[in-house]
Amino acid sequence: MSNASHANPALLDVSDVSKAFGSVVVLRSVSLKVTRGEVVTIIGPSGSGKTTLLRCVNFLESYDSGSIRIDGKEVGYREAGTRQRRSERDLATMRAETGMVFQSFNLFPHLTAAGNIMLGLRKVRGKSSAEARAIAEHWLGRVGLAHKADSLPAELSGGQQQRVGIARAVAMEPKILLLDEITSALDPELVGEVLEVVRSLAEDGMTMLMVTHEMAFARDASSRIVFMADGGISAVGPPAEILAAGFENERLRSFLARFRASHF
Amino acid sequence: MGYALNFNLIWRHFDKLWGGLLLSLELAVISIVIGIVIGLLLAVWYVSAGRVVRTVIAAYVEFIRNVPLILLVYLVFYGLPTVIDVAYSASTSFVLTLSLYSGAYLVEVFRSGLEAVPRGQLDAGKAIGLTPWQRLLHVRLPTMLRITLPALSNTFISLFKDTSVASVISVPELTYGAQWINFNTFRIVEVYLVVTAMYLLTGYALLYALRLVERRFRAAH
Repeated sequence: MSNASHANPALLDVSDVSKAFGSVVVLRSVSLKVTRGEVVTIIGPSGSGKTTLLRCVNFLESYDSGSIRIDGKEVGYREAGTRQRRSERDLATMRAETGMVFQSFNLFPHLTAAGNIMLGLRKVRGKSSAEARAIAEHWLGRVGLAHKADSLPAELSGGQQQRVGIARAVAMEPKILLLDEITSALDPELVGEVLEVVRSLAEDGMTMLMVTHEMAFARDASSRIVFMADGGISAVGPPAEILAAGFENERLRSFLARFRASHF
Repeated sequence: MGYALNFNLIWRHFDKLWGGLLLSLELAVISIVIGIVIGLLLAVWYVSAGRVVRTVIAAYVEFIRNVPLILLVYLVFYGLPTVIDVAYSASTSFVLTLSLYSGAYLVEVFRSGLEAVPRGQLDAGKAIGLTPWQRLLHVRLPTMLRITLPALSNTFISLFKDTSVASVISVPELTYGAQWINFNTFRIVEVYLVVTAMYLLTGYALLYALRLVERRFRAAH
């Protein structure tokens, strides 16, 4: 864990989280702190628990032990240590504090681009239709899709859909944005436009926790990189350090070597 | 022996058939509306309930699907009023029967539709902080309706044809009108030719209209 995280209280504090699906252990005592304004990238082989960890942060997945706090508040359970799940209403309120962007976009197919963004603003934030529309248009402008406000998801390219997905998440003004392999389902030529949006959000100081296979992007945009293997955190550090070829971690070295071999 | 077709008597009594057709449509429309309400409520309840409720709902569905409609019509019209103290007209009784009947089929349609809504959409609804009720209303149901619309159309066309069963309890719908003309004019071939054509044309017109609606919805998908 880097020393910087001790200076500021952590915005996200994952502490000793473990989870198993039946007999398969997917998270082994994972601890991770993310401070405000940080961009933390999780890399690692598939099946290493990256996505599960991300989904635990907004309690799309429950976990068996440990605690996850955002701004000091326990996310899924009533109190740290107890296994008493929050009520569905409470969970909804907690989840509204985080934004999530999905690998498969997951836009609501019956709503327009603006409608997708407005749904949470209206039903969760209680904004009027006009207010919500103005916010939606602002964010669509930010992701370069002002002209697509009234298009349905089916009429948009993958890259455009994902940019709407990002706008839908950030329009709620979340404390932290969770990005789950958001470019993995995109054609290579559409990856750039999506990463460009993420980069500009990072420059604005948005706190982000992301899972990605885009190593060049992880190197350029992250404050820290977390390497996961077999459900545990195997290495954490600044990008330059983690991605340096001579790092003292056999697993990380072989992951990076395999990664380079298959991607270049 | 030659049989000379003579439609004159049919046209003279055509008001019986026309009125019958309108009543058939009315019965079908009212029944599917009530059936949709029954089907939606039970399907939503089913997917969120425990085993006891699921078993009860499944029993209702199985019962209705495995008993001939005509028997259900008799049960509700003759059976129910003798057991409990109710009195209703033949039309009301038939609407009640057909609603329960279509409701049972629609529970199945809606249930599978609800289960076919992609998991990712529900995750997205959770992630923006929607409550379970809001997710149902704003995410799950709209997608479910889109998925189930073709099955809903087919159920409606079936119900329209099933209204002919109401003739057995003297509800003056289209088939009953045909029987009346037959008994009074003995032009059996003519009257059933005309009535068959009326069922066919109306059925096709409904199918065509509903497919147009479906296509509009699919375009918006």
